[in-house]
Amino acid sequence: MLTIHDIQTILTILFDGIAYGMLLFVLACGLSVTLGLMNLVNLAHGAFAMAGGYVTVVLVNRMGLPFLVGLPLAFLAGAAIGALLERTLYVNLYAKSHLDQVLFTIGLVFMSVAGVDYVMGSSQQFVNIPAWLEGQIDAGGVGVGRYRLMIIVICGLLTLALQVILAKSRFGSRLRAAVDDQRVARGLGINVGAVFGLTFAFGSGLAALGGALGAQILGLDPVFPLKYLIYFLIVVTVGGTSSITGPFVASILLGIGDVAGKYYLPTLSAFVIYSIMIVMLLWRPQGLFSRPR
Amino acid sequence: MSDQTLPLTGEVTSFLTRRARWSPLEVAFWLIALASIWLFPAKHLILTEICIWAMFALSLDLILGYAGIISLGHAAFFGLGAYSAGLIGKYGFIPEPVLALVASGLIASVAGFATSFLVLRGSDLTRLMVTFGVALVLGEIANKFSDITGGADGLQGVEIGPVFGTFRFDLFGHTGYVYALSVLFLMFVLARRIVRSPFGLSLQAIRGNPLRSSAVGIAVNWRLVAIYTLSAGYAGLAGAVLAQTQQFASLEMFSVERSADVLLILIIGGTGYLYGGLIGALIYRLAQDYLSDLSARYWQYWIGFVLIMMVLFGRVYGGILAALIIGATIWFKVDTGTSFVLTAGTLLVLGLVREPIVKWVALREQQAVVAMRRIRTRMKLGGHTESGHAGRA
Repeated sequence: MLTIHDIQTILTILFDGIAYGMLLFVLACGLSVTLGLMNLVNLAHGAFAMAGGYVTVVLVNRMGLPFLVGLPLAFLAGAAIGALLERTLYVNLYAKSHLDQVLFTIGLVFMSVAGVDYVMGSSQQFVNIPAWLEGQIDAGGVGVGRYRLMIIVICGLLTLALQVILAKSRFGSRLRAAVDDQRVARGLGINVGAVFGLTFAFGSGLAALGGALGAQILGLDPVFPLKYLIYFLIVVTVGGTSSITGPFVASILLGIGDVAGKYYLPTLSAFVIYSIMIVMLLWRPQGLFSRPR
Repeated sequence: MSDQTLPLTGEVTSFLTRRARWSPLEVAFWLIALASIWLFPAKHLILTEICIWAMFALSLDLILGYAGIISLGHAAFFGLGAYSAGLIGKYGFIPEPVLALVASGLIASVAGFATSFLVLRGSDLTRLMVTFGVALVLGEIANKFSDITGGADGLQGVEIGPVFGTFRFDLFGHTGYVYALSVLFLMFVLARRIVRSPFGLSLQAIRGNPLRSSAVGIAVNWRLVAIYTLSAGYAGLAGAVLAQTQQFASLEMFSVERSADVLLILIIGGTGYLYGGLIGALIYRLAQDYLSDLSARYWQYWIGFVLIMMVLFGRVYGGILAALIIGATIWFKVDTGTSFVLTAGTLLVLGLVREPIVKWVALREQQAVVAMRRIRTRMKLGGHTESGHAGRA
């Protein structure tokens, strides 16, 4: 029999899981476009998230800017770094083999890890969040963390905005055309390179925003890109790359699964996640929601 | 009828024998390796490490260089072999190290066989993730069963008996080096025999084009399973030798960093000719020894830099260019922070100008080829006018 207390626990887990999942979605959705559009295995995606986190730490903690100002600045910084690297380095990578892409992006991760370690030190960093975001709201016995509630609101709005941009705007239709068939899109006069550059920068910016938001929950230290790489990859491969609905549902499932696993099976949670991933890959190698090609 | 088929069989046999023949260069390589036992007695500890990296890279070469499987979790089997050998030594299941080594290799290859079916499925990315996931799961297991494995503190109290009951592992690593070198040589000979056999040729065919290979009657999946199992066993042997010579095993042996390092070693040395892993291990470990004096903590930065350069400008030119740039920062005694900024800046600029440079080089090469061809035809024309071949041009 479920007692009221059990139900409250389940609701808390669901809430935390959804917040965690939405965060993962914002972190990983850029990667799903990168992989889906240009078939680029970008293992360095987490480095952009880390950059966003550290930019926020510097702006908020050291320069004393308000947290809510730090977030959009983190997005801009991530997008700028993404655009710069895309134009200078990644652009050389599209025609290369998957092995080369893996080597290159792993190299980039190593450089960013060591570089951040040098500049910021290897200890974990925390962002000073304002007082009104700390603590919990009591909603019928269910503890709702204010910070997590803010994450759900921001990420939910972002997801809606993304959906609208992709489905309604001219840029979105160009992007979808390029994802579906690059060659035909080129033939129709769509500048696939420019579309991709913009999308890459935007995706990097989103990752940076995710990193800034998640610094409090995920922990921010120089090995961040390696630690969460597997989560990003799970979101992308399980969700598929043909729409943003797939990665979104995959992120939410992963978030709830991870939080619930940590609560109910604390010793086995890592196995649960990795095993689910392997099973999913075997069952639907194309992703959960995409049609096989 | 049989007259027509026999010469073909003969040709195939002679082709395979020719491929399998040891060249003088190879013999010299192994003689130098043998001589190193007496030449550098003070360096035996680092040489042992080089041998272990070489075994590990050799095992990766079997799947990457010969079957085209990208793995980002090969350390799974390395760690498994290390923990197997360590646990066998700690609890004294098999007192004799060589037998314990073989047992550890077998354990790793069983794990390789079991996971090979996961690796068969899907694209490069799926393989990458599955191998990554397997390494994470095994590392988690070693972490969680800390009462047996020692968890995050590593496996301590490993006791390794004397090899063949006579040769004790000494503090200076003399026995260890001879042991590691012998194991490496035996593994190499076996690997060489395998990749030069018809089986090895069929693997290369699969790497080239799986669909066509299956069309000419190669059982693609089973061959991949076989080589993956063998490679896992090799990685396990490498890990086991490390655990035996250091009498220690730790969670780091399962890490992504180790998988990435071995990938780098193999890429430095070159894939698909078996010596790549050996040469790469030598270069990597000596460079690490030298560079670590300068910035031990930021060693990874330079690894990343070399990897990126090798992808941008090809393995040879990129490697040389990276070595020159790193050498320059050492020569001019640039401090760590400045050298990071300088190399990162150089990278961005090089990335920007790479396209024109590569195009320019390709154009010049093309022009050179055309010019050469023109000169050759002119020479031919001049030399052969009397013999009547001129009309052909």
